[in-house]
Amino acid sequence: MDQLSGGEMLIRALHDEGVDIVFGYPGGAVLHIYDAIFNQDKVEHILVRHEQAATHAADGYARSTGKPGVVLVTSGPGATNAVTGIATAYMDSIPMIVISGQVESRMIGTDGFQETDMVGISRPIVKHSFMVQEVKDIPHIIKKAFHIATTGRPGPVVIDIPKDATDPKQKEKYEYPKDLKLRSYAVPDKGHTGQIKKAVDALLLAKRPMIYSGGGAIQDNASEQLINFTQKLGFPITNTLMGLGAYPASNKQFLGMLGMHGTYEANMAMHHCDVLLCVGARFDDRVTNSDTSKFCPDATILHIDIDPASISKTVTADVPIVGAVAAVLEEMNDQIDKSDKEVDKQALKVWWDQIGKWREKDSLKVRPSENGIIMPQEVVKAVFEITEGDAYVSSDVGQHQMFAAQYYGFDKPRRWINSGGLGTMGFGFPAAMGVQFAFPEAVSVCITGEGSFLMNQQEFATCMQYQLPIKIICLNNQALGMVKQWQDMQYGGRYSHSTYAESLPDFSKLAEAYGHVGIKIEKSDELYPKLEEAFALKDKLVFVDVQVDPNEHVYPMAVKGGAMKDMFLSKTERT
Amino acid sequence: MRHIISVLMENEPGALSRVVGLFSQRNYNIDSLTVAPTEDQSLSRLTVTTSGDDARIEQITKHLNKIIDVVKLVDLTEGAHIERELMLIKVKAAGAQRAEVKRSVDIFRGQIVDVTSNVFTIQLTGTGDKLDAFITALGDNVVLEVARSGVSGISRGEKTLAL
Repeated sequence: MDQLSGGEMLIRALHDEGVDIVFGYPGGAVLHIYDAIFNQDKVEHILVRHEQAATHAADGYARSTGKPGVVLVTSGPGATNAVTGIATAYMDSIPMIVISGQVESRMIGTDGFQETDMVGISRPIVKHSFMVQEVKDIPHIIKKAFHIATTGRPGPVVIDIPKDATDPKQKEKYEYPKDLKLRSYAVPDKGHTGQIKKAVDALLLAKRPMIYSGGGAIQDNASEQLINFTQKLGFPITNTLMGLGAYPASNKQFLGMLGMHGTYEANMAMHHCDVLLCVGARFDDRVTNSDTSKFCPDATILHIDIDPASISKTVTADVPIVGAVAAVLEEMNDQIDKSDKEVDKQALKVWWDQIGKWREKDSLKVRPSENGIIMPQEVVKAVFEITEGDAYVSSDVGQHQMFAAQYYGFDKPRRWINSGGLGTMGFGFPAAMGVQFAFPEAVSVCITGEGSFLMNQQEFATCMQYQLPIKIICLNNQALGMVKQWQDMQYGGRYSHSTYAESLPDFSKLAEAYGHVGIKIEKSDELYPKLEEAFALKDKLVFVDVQVDPNEHVYPMAVKGGAMKDMFLSKTERT
Repeated sequence: MRHIISVLMENEPGALSRVVGLFSQRNYNIDSLTVAPTEDQSLSRLTVTTSGDDARIEQITKHLNKIIDVVKLVDLTEGAHIERELMLIKVKAAGAQRAEVKRSVDIFRGQIVDVTSNVFTIQLTGTGDKLDAFITALGDNVVLEVARSGVSGISRGEKTLAL
């Protein structure tokens, strides 16, 4: 058995847990740990330029691979800078381990230099947290932290380590635990067979069925089961913003994304369905449109979720099923095969005919551009075509995020990387770095806006250091587009602090200053050739600054306080 | 509706703040809270009284169960149960008041646990309603200080909240 210091134990335990990459930033309280990193080559450390970017990069890594992302930051400002990234991961149930340094134990509570109560600050935004008391506890804490972060409904776990617990002079026996006991933590696995039967019976009796699947289907790698299930029944399906890619967008049963900026057909089918099966989603207010009394008025609601607290939180479930999505869908598939009942094909045909009529609205039709002005939607469509729909696409938050979700048809899970729950601007670029580290050969695209991009632009330096060939497609409308859209629609067009055209940098020069490539696109006829040029530079980070129509809105858009059927379809048309 | 929820949790630093934090974070109210270790030193028992409709109480118990430090919990108000609260109350007791206060203490089966020439300190246990009634019975301008423990409770019969 090896004798190791706390710092060495930490790194060894990460390796024993299968971790090969850590995103971090050094500082006083973690110097012992950084010294331990220097002396080994099993765990690679990536030096970011801001702790927030470390968490988003780890998050992008986690979302694209399904493995937990690992972050290492110092105490005080290092820890507080990580908070936004932790909250982002928490809201979207992303497995993440955040190791934060802390002042020496004897200094805790004295307002020491760079001291902050990280366990306290992060408490509402973590699944669990640990404060290391003794060196010998480190392997067990790491084991527990990974178990908690990755099982059940995943989430971030913080481990706060006082500097003295990593002191190279204090060595203890190291052995990585094989098993762990957590008497207070049980993970639901299979769903209740009786409840599943009730749900299957309701689905087989349905005249107007609808499937609504979310991030849970992606987290549980349940895409295959979801596809089998949906195609076996022939039912229409919609995905939430977090669930895009779990069901292939190119399949004819897919109605597009639902919710605030969902398609007309998806939202209409939700509103009019008689049986709604929710698969690993949580009836978020961006789906239900805040007044849940108007939500799916005729529907029997069946809800599969691994987190009992998500069930009947905002919308009461008629048939709740607590369990892992993949296992529950598998059992549903079995029960359907064995059932003596069958899908009501006649009714289903009538339902599909109705959906077909809704589809004819073509709610994602793009307004033709005038005078060579580039429509932002056309940019996403072009990126989709050039990357053959096979890129990893991260986004920030705002209009560009909705355009990306609406127009990049994701056919595979874990390809769409975005901050859905917290809506964190500045997420996309560092998340794309995490993706690129996980898949060095893949095309990692960040579709962003100039407002979001400015929030984590310092990561240009990280990308240069590690030669990450990310393609940044900036839909530059010279304003905080989504804020401006709301100001247009609800505040009489008073653009309070949402415009800044005169002070924007020349982004291509900014990229070039870091040694990257910058391309500017201003006219619609340049769009395809210049984007193709950008993607042809396989070994380079390319920042593509696309000047888009500054007056475009995202449609469809839910009418505030309405039901799901109530939407604006353009500036002049509403349902 | 008022509910009394008893929670068995790991006797570890931070466990209490996670429970209390949950209530403030999700806008649930805490009417009273008691917490102390149990006969098993690795476990603490926390009893919280709260209120809300059934849906809210269901969310509270689900979210409590999600806290990793929470081992087990029971909503005592769902079945027959015993609830008690301890009150230490300091009251004016001078001259003729002394006999009057003593009589009230006897009626409520309290105990006078400390005496000065002008003040009685009384210990009283019972339900919250009983303690409230005692304060009312004492009348105006008598009470000097009140320290209440908050509600503790246990279910009747053979049902137990244990590992």
